[in-house]
Amino acid sequence: MSTISREEVAHLARLARLEVTDDELDAFAGQLDVILESMKTLAEVNTDGVQPTSHAVPLVNVFREDRPQPSLPRDAVLAGGPDTAEDRFRVPRILDEEA
Amino acid sequence: MTKLNTFEQAVETYEPVLGLETHIELDTNTKMFCGCATAFGAEPNTQVCPVCLALPGALPVANRAAVEATIKIGLALNCRIAEWTRFARKNYFYPDMPKNFQTSQYEEPLCEDGHVEVLVEGKTYRIEIERVHLEEDTGKTLHVGGATGRIHGATESLVDYNRAGIPLVEIVTRPVPGTGALAPEVARAYTAELRDIVRSLGVSDVRMEQGSLRCDVNLSLNRPGEPWGTRTETKNVNSLRSVERAVRYEVRRQSALLDAGERILQETRHFHEATGETSPGRSKEEATDYRYFPEPDLAVMEPSREWVEELRAGLPELPRKRRERLQAAWSLGDKEMQSVVNADAVGLIEATVEAGAGAAGAVKWWLGELSRRANEAGEELTGLAISPEQVAQLQGMVDDGRLNDKLARQVIDGVLAGEGDPADVAAKRGLEVVSDTGALEAAVDEAISANPAVADKIRGGTHAAAGVLIGAVMKATKGQADAGTVRQIILDKLK
Repeated sequence: MSTISREEVAHLARLARLEVTDDELDAFAGQLDVILESMKTLAEVNTDGVQPTSHAVPLVNVFREDRPQPSLPRDAVLAGGPDTAEDRFRVPRILDEEA
Repeated sequence: MTKLNTFEQAVETYEPVLGLETHIELDTNTKMFCGCATAFGAEPNTQVCPVCLALPGALPVANRAAVEATIKIGLALNCRIAEWTRFARKNYFYPDMPKNFQTSQYEEPLCEDGHVEVLVEGKTYRIEIERVHLEEDTGKTLHVGGATGRIHGATESLVDYNRAGIPLVEIVTRPVPGTGALAPEVARAYTAELRDIVRSLGVSDVRMEQGSLRCDVNLSLNRPGEPWGTRTETKNVNSLRSVERAVRYEVRRQSALLDAGERILQETRHFHEATGETSPGRSKEEATDYRYFPEPDLAVMEPSREWVEELRAGLPELPRKRRERLQAAWSLGDKEMQSVVNADAVGLIEATVEAGAGAAGAVKWWLGELSRRANEAGEELTGLAISPEQVAQLQGMVDDGRLNDKLARQVIDGVLAGEGDPADVAAKRGLEVVSDTGALEAAVDEAISANPAVADKIRGGTHAAAGVLIGAVMKATKGQADAGTVRQIILDKLK
């Protein structure tokens, strides 16, 4: 029995706005399954009494002061996008699921 | 589409349960996680940097001032401040965030378990606050190619990331049952109270019309004694009046569906200012799969108790205390003060008094004539084109006897029409009380000779009869005489 279903891979692809063919779905489901199976090895370790780790470094309360720093020049900003118009990034029509 | 019920029909059969989510943009100098400036109305994409554009390798660092502001809001809302809290990534793919996630908080918000009390029609409602958390705002998208600038029908979108990364505080209530037919008013009163609290803290300008305070209104209906119904979430309701209207509309719409035996879909809806209606948005099931996980690039926060207590000690006078103080200073009864609060006139009256008017006069104008004008125009009182200073000047002219109430109302017409300050309007329109005693005496003489029987009565000691003569003089002077002065002249002449 596989750890991840073809339907779950299709769902994740949809959330990530990725277009995936049927063949790719089969391939990715198989590959992801191998990865997840390997990760299961970690579950064998006894973690009783161990706090889940979300941060690799033991730092807390790292703040900046509220002082403005220079932003990037706009030309440099817009140069990073594939298409621009009216000093803004131009993107294809946004999902038609919103009225 | 099912026909709507009237609101009255709806609340006879069903009990509404409210829930409110409010987003407040903080007015820090810089963004939440980078040093970009946050000026409103700057040229597109001029306040962005590698961090808020999510360029590879850029690392965010939290803004201390934003964290402090959020703790202050939490304290003012009677919340518990977390001893250990962290940020989380809310993953979604949408061009308003270049990172493809929004940095927010999930299971460990900065503040939890607070409450706010609001007074509506003499009854106190306690609104429980579930959480107050800190996140970042998104960029602004401009939809082009469509007929109306809306997403629907647009062929492409243009994105400005100046707003992306501005600190945003989200305040979420627990469900609020038990408001019955007053649900719209309670929702409005809560939003107004929250706005006033945040404004008093000086951490945001909380201007609904500029989007620095935005409301999502959750609403469900159930029959008495039955479990709560399915809720809808109406997004981006951006004025106090709209909060009230959105609740009212959803109550009417949902009750009609339930009456017809249909079920309510759990969905996001949009509010339309022009019609006061809501319409369905994107489906909820798809949208809520945000796959939150702890943000590894930002350090965990452990606000020390000393820091929290220092912030608590520095809290300013909160609106409730301020209202109590002003009510006493203005010598108002509870009911009258409640009317002032409901009309959103506390600040206006305070400013009018500061500008030199007596409290009674200030209250009278804002709650009477000006409220009536705002209602007629379908506007908020604060949206009227007359300032507290102008109202104080108007009242000053009444106090000096230069205007009577009738003339003052005509002066208001002029001020609202943009003709200038009350003194300018009075001068331009020739609206001053006739203080030329010669002219008044002539008018009085004329009135006496036209009404000999009345004059005899007054000579005989019946001073109440003077009203008839005063009326005649006012008519002759087109209302521009001071009734008190006219009365004195009449009584002097008919001793």
